[in-house]
Amino acid sequence: MNVRVVLPSPLRAIARVDGELQFDVAAPVTIAAVLDAVEARHPQLRGTIRDQQSGKRRAFIRFFACEQDLSHDPTDAPLPDEVARGEEPLLVVGAIAGG
Amino acid sequence: MSGVRVLVGTRKGAFILTADGKRKDWDVSGPHFPGWEIYHVNGSPADPNRIYASQSSGWFGQVMQCSDDGGATWNTVGNEFAYRGQTGTHQWYDGTPHPWEFKRVWHLEPSIDDPDTVYAGVEDAALFKSTDGGATWGELNGLRDHRTGSKWQPGAGGMCLHTILLDPVNRDRIFVAISAAGAFRSDDGGTTWKPINRGLNSEYIPDPNAEVGHCVHRIAMHPSRPEVLFMQKHWDVLRSDDAGDNWREVSGNLPSDFGFPVAVHAHEPETIYVVPIKSDSEHYPPDGKLRVYRSRSGGNEWEALTNGLPQENCYVNVLRDAFAVDRLDQCGVYFGTTGGQVYCSPDGGDHWEPIVRDLPAVLSVEVQTLA
Repeated sequence: MNVRVVLPSPLRAIARVDGELQFDVAAPVTIAAVLDAVEARHPQLRGTIRDQQSGKRRAFIRFFACEQDLSHDPTDAPLPDEVARGEEPLLVVGAIAGG
Repeated sequence: MSGVRVLVGTRKGAFILTADGKRKDWDVSGPHFPGWEIYHVNGSPADPNRIYASQSSGWFGQVMQCSDDGGATWNTVGNEFAYRGQTGTHQWYDGTPHPWEFKRVWHLEPSIDDPDTVYAGVEDAALFKSTDGGATWGELNGLRDHRTGSKWQPGAGGMCLHTILLDPVNRDRIFVAISAAGAFRSDDGGTTWKPINRGLNSEYIPDPNAEVGHCVHRIAMHPSRPEVLFMQKHWDVLRSDDAGDNWREVSGNLPSDFGFPVAVHAHEPETIYVVPIKSDSEHYPPDGKLRVYRSRSGGNEWEALTNGLPQENCYVNVLRDAFAVDRLDQCGVYFGTTGGQVYCSPDGGDHWEPIVRDLPAVLSVEVQTLA
């Protein structure tokens, strides 16, 4: 599956990429599987989205797709079909949390 | 002609300030890593083109950077700081046990002779070491596993290991300082550690002379005399003449003995510098006058250095890692403020000029002396 991912600009700078990214992710397409693909291509992002040991999402990171907040969903739950089909992106968002 | 490169970490990026040996005209590069907190940037004594930087944010955690061209370009290196073995607990602010949790790298200390070897002092307090240029990090967990570890607790800034001194003579000897646990020494390359806090008197803890629990803000040494240490504690300036085994207060005539940095002149081991701050609740200079204090006698007798520094309405702070000296023949002295100024004195503190006035709050200042 060709999955579209939008990273926050500070992480795009770390990864030295511009704009939306695309990753080939095998079904089932889950948040964990997408992040595995992101970190495999851009290892410098390890630890910036989720903890390297526990895999837990960092507190001020959010996952949005199809106008839904998926941040609290299990990371091994299938993402919406629109994301899996590449019709909608998975948005990795830095929460609005001060300065 | 020789020159200097000043490495500045701020709340919103890193800046590199370069000048020739006159230290009059400066080139300012940055912000590098704009928007990120840069707790520390430090260069290798063995290869000044090798520079390490600690980049962090509340959103995205810890990122580590390394440059091989003096800070012109940077590469991301390893950022996995995993505590080794049983993580254990330290004391939380309310006295309850709290698991060690990695938050950020406060201080980077490259090896004296190997550009690929670098130590990292982190919050929650622990010491890590990399021998592959920062690609991987391993904890020297004998420190955190010390029998007193469960008694350590955070200061207001967090429980940080903020000072690492590598003994240039006895290469197996390392000194570290932790807020708020105190100072520690290893004589076996970091495998085992002992607290070195005898003589410290901290009225703000239940036992003012306890083995650990002291809020040590910074320690400093002169490389020619590594058994002599100077300390700026939360309150009190102290010195030790026996590698930290015993300390005595040398605050003398300072207007306040609260402060953060302490530094030693590059060529005069008995000439030391501090920046008095009014109190632990009023983090700014006494009387609104920014004064560096210099002692030429290793403490006790201090003189105010004010020429070129604001002497009215100045309410900035100078943080523990934001003071440095260069090694040019006429020793240059540098410090950065929470107001975004970086000052330089090319004559050991007699005259000061701002290099820059309007950076984000300065967290750290290091200087490299270039051939």
